[in-house]
Amino acid sequence: MVLKVFFPSCCSSAESGILIGRWISEQSSAVILAVVHFPFIPVQVKQYLSEVQRVTKVSVSVLGSWSNSKLEKEESLSEFLEDLGTIFSHEPWIQISKEGDSKFWSCSTLQKHSNNPKEEEIILVYYDQRKVMLSHLHPPLDTATSADHKADDASKLSAIFDTVAKSKILFMTDRYDDGPIKLTHWQSDGVEASIIVELMKQASVPACMLLTFLLSLISGICRSRVLKFWPLSFLWSKLSTCEQLGHRLQHLQVISSNKKAQTQTQLMRKANIFVSLLIDVALGILLMSWLYRKNRIGHLADTLIPVADHVAEELQDLLQWLMGAPAGLKMNRALDQVLGRFFLYHIHLWISYIHLMSPFIEMILWYVGLSACLGLTVALCILSDIIALLTFHIYCFYVYGARLYCLKIYGLSSLWRLFRGKKWNVLRQRVDSCSYDLDQLFIGTLLFTILLFLLPTTALYYLVFTLLRLLVVIVQGLIHLLVDLIDSLPLYSIILRLCRSYRLAAGVKFRVLEQQDGKPLRLLMQINPLSYGSVVQTYRLPTYSCYPKDSWTSLCKKLFLGELIYPWKHKGEKQD
Amino acid sequence: MEERPYRSASGAPIALRRRQHSASCRELAVRCPRLQLRSLSAVTSAVWLAAYALFVLSENSMVLSAAIFITLIGLIIYLHFVKIDQESLLVIGSLGIQVTSSYASGKESTTFIEMGQVKDVVINEAIHMQKVVYYLCILLQDPGDPQGVSEVVPLFQSSKPRLDCLIEVYKSCQEILEQRKTGLQSS
Repeated sequence: MVLKVFFPSCCSSAESGILIGRWISEQSSAVILAVVHFPFIPVQVKQYLSEVQRVTKVSVSVLGSWSNSKLEKEESLSEFLEDLGTIFSHEPWIQISKEGDSKFWSCSTLQKHSNNPKEEEIILVYYDQRKVMLSHLHPPLDTATSADHKADDASKLSAIFDTVAKSKILFMTDRYDDGPIKLTHWQSDGVEASIIVELMKQASVPACMLLTFLLSLISGICRSRVLKFWPLSFLWSKLSTCEQLGHRLQHLQVISSNKKAQTQTQLMRKANIFVSLLIDVALGILLMSWLYRKNRIGHLADTLIPVADHVAEELQDLLQWLMGAPAGLKMNRALDQVLGRFFLYHIHLWISYIHLMSPFIEMILWYVGLSACLGLTVALCILSDIIALLTFHIYCFYVYGARLYCLKIYGLSSLWRLFRGKKWNVLRQRVDSCSYDLDQLFIGTLLFTILLFLLPTTALYYLVFTLLRLLVVIVQGLIHLLVDLIDSLPLYSIILRLCRSYRLAAGVKFRVLEQQDGKPLRLLMQINPLSYGSVVQTYRLPTYSCYPKDSWTSLCKKLFLGELIYPWKHKGEKQD
Repeated sequence: MEERPYRSASGAPIALRRRQHSASCRELAVRCPRLQLRSLSAVTSAVWLAAYALFVLSENSMVLSAAIFITLIGLIIYLHFVKIDQESLLVIGSLGIQVTSSYASGKESTTFIEMGQVKDVVINEAIHMQKVVYYLCILLQDPGDPQGVSEVVPLFQSSKPRLDCLIEVYKSCQEILEQRKTGLQSS
C-alpha cells in the first residue's frame, strides 16, 4: 500500500533530528507530531514517550529520522541516521532529508522484515498543526447516527484529527524549557496564551457560584405554593411572558453550572446560550433607552386609549352593518337584532372598562417597560400579551359566534339524519336506521327548517368574527416567530464560522504542490469549513414552542364545523 | 498534461484537461463554456428597455436607478453562485477523490470523499423527457451492507460532457481505483 506521511508545515525549517508521532498501520500512514533534536539520550526519549503515551492514550513512538543539511549531503550523517533505526526499532523506518532550501525533499523507507522488496510509493502531505489541533470535524449527519461499526469504519481523517488534538500535552514544552528533550512543533517558540482568557477563567468561578445561588433563590420563590393557586396558575400559563422568562431562567441555569463541558457540543451550546443572552439583553437595553428618551412612553400611553376607542368604534360600525343588509344579503330580522344588540352591549362594557383603567395606563406601561432590560425577547412577549389583552373582546366574540355556529351545525346534522330516518348510534359509533313516531318526525322537521333558515345569519356572524380572530392570531404568531428566531439562533457558532473558520470543519481539501520526478508526491492538506446552513442546523438551540401540526385541510375542516382553534400550543401544555 | 476539445450534451464546446502528478494521482478538469458577451448584452438591454418603458409610463426616475442596481446585483449573484467555470476531479489513490467546482468569480467549492467510502465510479444513464443523458457518478459504500450503495454522487453536473469525454475520464479513474484492489490483495 502507498505510504502516507503527514508532516507539520511548522517543522519544515527544523534542525536535524528524529521524528516522533503515531503510526496507523491499517491505513499505512504516519502522523508526525514533532521533531526531537540532537543531542539526546535514547533511553530518556523512550521514557518521555511512554509518559506521553500514558497521559494522552495515543500510541506515540519514534517513526524515523529527519535531516536538514544546509550544505551538501553528508555521508556520515546519513549512516548515523540509519544506525538510529536499529536503536528505535520501528517498522518501517522513515527517512526524510532536505538539502539546502530545496522544496523537493527525498523520502525513503527502511523495511527490515518485509516480504516484498519493491519500492512502495510515498505521499508527503503537509498540514497546519495548529489549525488541525483546534478544529473539530463534523461528520455528515446520516453517518453520525449509525453507532455500530464505529471502530472499524472510523473515518481515516478523524483518526488524524484525533491524534493531533489529543497530543496537546506534547505541545506544552517549548524550547525555553530546560529538559533533556528538545522538540520542534507549532508551539516550540513559546506557548500561546492570553491574559484576558486566563483572567476570565479565574473570575468565572466565583461569578458562577453567585449566579447559581441567586437562581436557586428565584426558582425557590417561583415554585412556592403561594403562586400555585388556581386563578394565578391559569394566568401564568396563558401569558407568554412567563414562558419566555422560564425559558431564559433555564438557560441561565445551564451556563452557571459548575461542571465543565465534557464534549464539544456541550461547550458550543453553553457558548451559544451565553452570547444569545448577552445580545438579547444588549438589544433590550437599547430598546429601553430609546423608549424612555423624550418621554415616548407617555406618548405611547396617550395614544393607546384613542386606538382602543377607534377599534371599538370600528367594531360597532361593523355590527350596525351586519344588523342591516350586509352585502345585499337578507338576514333574519329578529335573530339579527338579538345578536347585534348582545355584541354591542359587550363592546360598551369593554369601552367602559378601558376608560376606567385610563389614568393608570401610563404608570403601568412605565413599569412594564422597565422589564425590557431583561431582554428584547421579553419585551416582544410583553407586546404580544398586550395585544392579546386589548383584543380580548374579539376573542370573546369569536368564541360566542363559534359556539353558536357549532351548536347549529350539530343540530342540523342530527335533524338531517332524522329527516332521512336514520340515527347516530353512540355505542357502535355509526349511523343506523331508526323508525320514528309521527310526532317525533313532525317536531324534528319543524326544528330542522327553523335551524336551516337561521343558518345564514349565524354563519355570517361566525365568518366575520373568525376572520378578525385570525388576523389577531397572525400578528401574534409573527411576534412569536421573531422571539423564536432570537432564542434559537446560534450566534457564537456563526461568528466562529466567520472569524475562525478552521475550527468548524466539514472535511479537508488537498492541493497538489509542485512536483519533481523521482521525489514523492507533495500535497497540502487544508481544512474545508462547514457551510453556514449546516452550522445553524447543527448548533441551533431548542425552543419551547411547537408549531401547529394540523395540516391546512384539518384546519379548514375545524373552521367549517365551528370547533375552536388554538393555533399556538406550547410544549408541556396538555393536549385537548 | 494534455487538453482536448469535446462537446457538452447541449452542443457547447468544452475542454478536458488531464494531468498526471504521480503514479497514483491524477487530475481531470473539464472547462465549461464561458459566459457569452452576446447573451450578457441581450439580457442587460432587455432589462434596461423594460425599465425605460416603465419610466416613460410612470415619470419616476427611481425606476432607472433601480434597474441599474438590479442588473449589477443580479450579475454579481450570477457570477458568484450560478456560473461554474471549471469542474475538476482529483483522484489520489489510497487517499480519496476530491471534486472541485470553481465559479466565475473565483469561488471554489470542494468536497473530498475518502477512498474507504468509495465503492466504484460508473457511467449512468438518465432518461429525461425525450433525451438520454449520460453522467459520471461515484457510488458510496453503505457501512452496514458491503454490497449496498448508500449514496450516488453525480459529477460534472453543469458542464454535462458527452459520452466520449466521460469514457476518457472513466478510464483514467478506473486505472487508479484498480491499484487499490491490487494493493489490498498484495498486503
